[in-house]
Amino acid sequence: MNLTLKIWRQKNANDKGKMVDYQVSDISPDMSFLEMLDVLNEQLINKGEEPVAFDHDCREGICGMCSLYINGEAHGPDRGVTTCQLHMRMFKDGDTIFIEPFRAKAFPVIKDLVVDRSAFDRIQHAGGFISVNTSGNTIDANAIPVNKHDADDAFSAATCIGCGACVASCKNSSAMLFVGAKVSQFALLPQGQVEATDRVMNMVKQMDEEGFGNCTNTGACEVECPKGISLENIARMNSEYLKASLKG
Amino acid sequence: MSLDSKVPKGPIADKWTNHKNNINLVNPANKRLIDVIVVGTGLAGGSAAATLAELGYNVKAFCFQDSPRRAHSIAAQGGINAAKNYQGDGDSNYRLFYDTVKGGDYRSREANVYRLAEVSANIIDQCVAQGVPFAREYGGLLDNRSFGGVLVSRTFYAAGQTGQQLLLGAYSAMNRQIGRGKIKMYNRHEMLDVVVVDGKARGIITRNLVTGEIERHSAHAVVLGSGGYGNVFFLSTNAMGSNVTAAWKAHKRGAYFANPCYTQIHPTCIPVSGDHQSKLTLMSESLRNDGRIWVPKNIEDVKAIREGRLKPTEIAEENRDYYLERRYPAFGNLVPRDVASRAAKERCDAGYGVNATGEAVYLDFASAITRYGKEQAHVKGLDENDAALVKKLGQEVIKTKYGNLFQMYEKIVDQNPYETPMMIYPAVHYTMGGLWVDYNLQTTVPGLYAIGEANFSDHGANRLGASALMQGLADGYFVLPYTIGDYLADDIRTGPISTESKEFEEAEKNVRERIEFFVNNEGKHSVDYFHKKLGKIMWNKVGMARNVKGLTEAISEIKALREEFWKEVKVPGTANEFNEELAKAGRVADFLELGELFAKDALHREESCGGHFREDFVEESGEQKGEAKRDDENFAYVAAWEYKGQPSEAQLHKEELEFNDIELKQRSYK
Repeated sequence: MNLTLKIWRQKNANDKGKMVDYQVSDISPDMSFLEMLDVLNEQLINKGEEPVAFDHDCREGICGMCSLYINGEAHGPDRGVTTCQLHMRMFKDGDTIFIEPFRAKAFPVIKDLVVDRSAFDRIQHAGGFISVNTSGNTIDANAIPVNKHDADDAFSAATCIGCGACVASCKNSSAMLFVGAKVSQFALLPQGQVEATDRVMNMVKQMDEEGFGNCTNTGACEVECPKGISLENIARMNSEYLKASLKG
Repeated sequence: MSLDSKVPKGPIADKWTNHKNNINLVNPANKRLIDVIVVGTGLAGGSAAATLAELGYNVKAFCFQDSPRRAHSIAAQGGINAAKNYQGDGDSNYRLFYDTVKGGDYRSREANVYRLAEVSANIIDQCVAQGVPFAREYGGLLDNRSFGGVLVSRTFYAAGQTGQQLLLGAYSAMNRQIGRGKIKMYNRHEMLDVVVVDGKARGIITRNLVTGEIERHSAHAVVLGSGGYGNVFFLSTNAMGSNVTAAWKAHKRGAYFANPCYTQIHPTCIPVSGDHQSKLTLMSESLRNDGRIWVPKNIEDVKAIREGRLKPTEIAEENRDYYLERRYPAFGNLVPRDVASRAAKERCDAGYGVNATGEAVYLDFASAITRYGKEQAHVKGLDENDAALVKKLGQEVIKTKYGNLFQMYEKIVDQNPYETPMMIYPAVHYTMGGLWVDYNLQTTVPGLYAIGEANFSDHGANRLGASALMQGLADGYFVLPYTIGDYLADDIRTGPISTESKEFEEAEKNVRERIEFFVNNEGKHSVDYFHKKLGKIMWNKVGMARNVKGLTEAISEIKALREEFWKEVKVPGTANEFNEELAKAGRVADFLELGELFAKDALHREESCGGHFREDFVEESGEQKGEAKRDDENFAYVAAWEYKGQPSEAQLHKEELEFNDIELKQRSYK
């Protein structure tokens, strides 16, 4: 396949940035999207130009490091995958592909397609944990049975990879799906009950401080989420928040 | 320097308890005066950082990713072993210990492995308390499954994302300490040297990967949880950024590197499809619980498949060769990884590979789908003879067990594994070798510790499935936090370590010079050009089957490639910015040295054991014909290499392995 790429180039956080056109040829439909970018970068290096910077690591859809806003969609046109699992067979010979960074006030661009998502970490520092000591002297793991459905739902919420696609897809740049997933995981488990009130209050407070927008129930986040994190998690967080607020 | 493993005296079951009772402690007030650096935030580094901070030490943690949650432990799929015996199938600490030593082909240190088995149950308790959502049964208790090389069900799991859930558990424990200010977290930082002052590890030099800034960080001890070096093969299941640099710098500063040639080639990975490929994807070993591995019995069928004239589903049962079940009736599809990988290679080398490249075998779920489907039909009171219904019900069960893996496979290969068997082939996955450590997990440099995959101690020459997660968390949560106290007890009056010493200066200068070289060198080829070449040499000559000729060639080819690299490497951009090519150049430079030591180690070890298979050391007759031939008389030792300026000049030190609690015998899975 031969493709035209329109890629966001931005030298650093202070640079204004612009779209730049590139051509790539002989792209195999079996390549992943990032392997296609590897081909472009090899081409640029050999010409003495600077390669396009993008985040990536595991390349199997689990680390959450890769991002990219491809043809107007976080992680591109396929569903239920991250950019590293998006394959070129989703595109046609002669296509023009627009590649931009995840955009949000809380995700400033570092370089080209690389953004700073440390706001997500700070939300987790505020309450994304259960306060047990890592001593190994806890009770036996089977001492508290957990209803299988609750355990499965908690697991589904916990499969969030923290990539930020939900924020990038939201017209308000809201992080509610990300925060809702963590709040839900612990809200569904007996271990998480003890600190439930403080957790949801602290995490939401930090989320607001980071400059993420509000949720207006559009649902784009759920559609674009590579892990299929459900909107139910936002509803559950809202209910946890309401409960916590009433408790004071 | 002679190697002292510092294994405590006494019966094996009492060693760890006695050791803990006898080592020095640091009182809580004094812990506040002590700094510890942790490099890497995977299961080992993350759990160690969290626990050390919780104990009261001031921790500085470093990762090259943009968040500690992204370390490659996150990609571990299948599960974590623990001797809980929840299934009542006869499991015990001793059995887990025995299986691990045997699985490692009797090349691990007994005392370390026993301790690992001993703390394994605690790991599960700990993780559940943290809110890790393990799979459960309908009664609400934890579920288990089986992994290779064992005859019990002791593997705890969270669908095909166990590593993710455990790492997020460790990450949450870290977050709690980051929130309290006890861990200072440095994301997007790469460690580029260890600083040794008066013979003790006292800090590191890092590069901020966003700004390019070179920084000095001091501490009273340095812990490396920096993972393995599988990417020396270029293509592996490791993350793109996984590298040997931290461990290799430690090696160059005096830490011995142990058993570099022990590498795990995992049997079930998606086969290589072309030259564009940047990495390989694992299909979890847990799939071998339900998947059956086979190739056609008749070479005509192989040909027809390759030419697209025949589908695997059209081959009759009697014309299939379930070669693992045939060769290893006792363990069948659940033989250890090294055995399964070699068996796949043997069939493919004989011409029975089922894809265009001739390097693939089938992993088939059809019989599991039927079995589960019938069970479901029975439970639901439906017709067990309705084939379509049974298939549908069976596929649903498979989906709940392995859904994410099947989806991953379909996205990559563009075939539906519910309908047609998966194609798989072995790929580099894990490195059992690593920095030599004593019982306290301390390297040969005082104050420098190595944990998780970065050390060598627990898996011998072959790691059993679901044991890497166990070891990472055991080291980080339950072993290192005790043993490091014994060392740090002498540092309570030392006070903060200055970063102004000549040692820090010299280390920083070296780092800067190397970076300046890369960005100024006017070479012809990209970093990847060299990395791919290195990978090809390693895979072809130091891979699944090794011999004297290939290894000797590899050593000289790697040396020549390294020389070319230093002349011709081309790194665009500057030093003071986000520059991934620059980061890669440093990593590949270290791989080019490690690769040679790796081949040298493989050449010196004149036996076959675990993942190290020498074609010249094979059983020639009897029941075990064709299997690996170990030489306990001459090679029952750890090969620990000391750096002497060049990989070729590395000096060998031997730690003889003593087996008091397990009888050394030939590993049989038949």
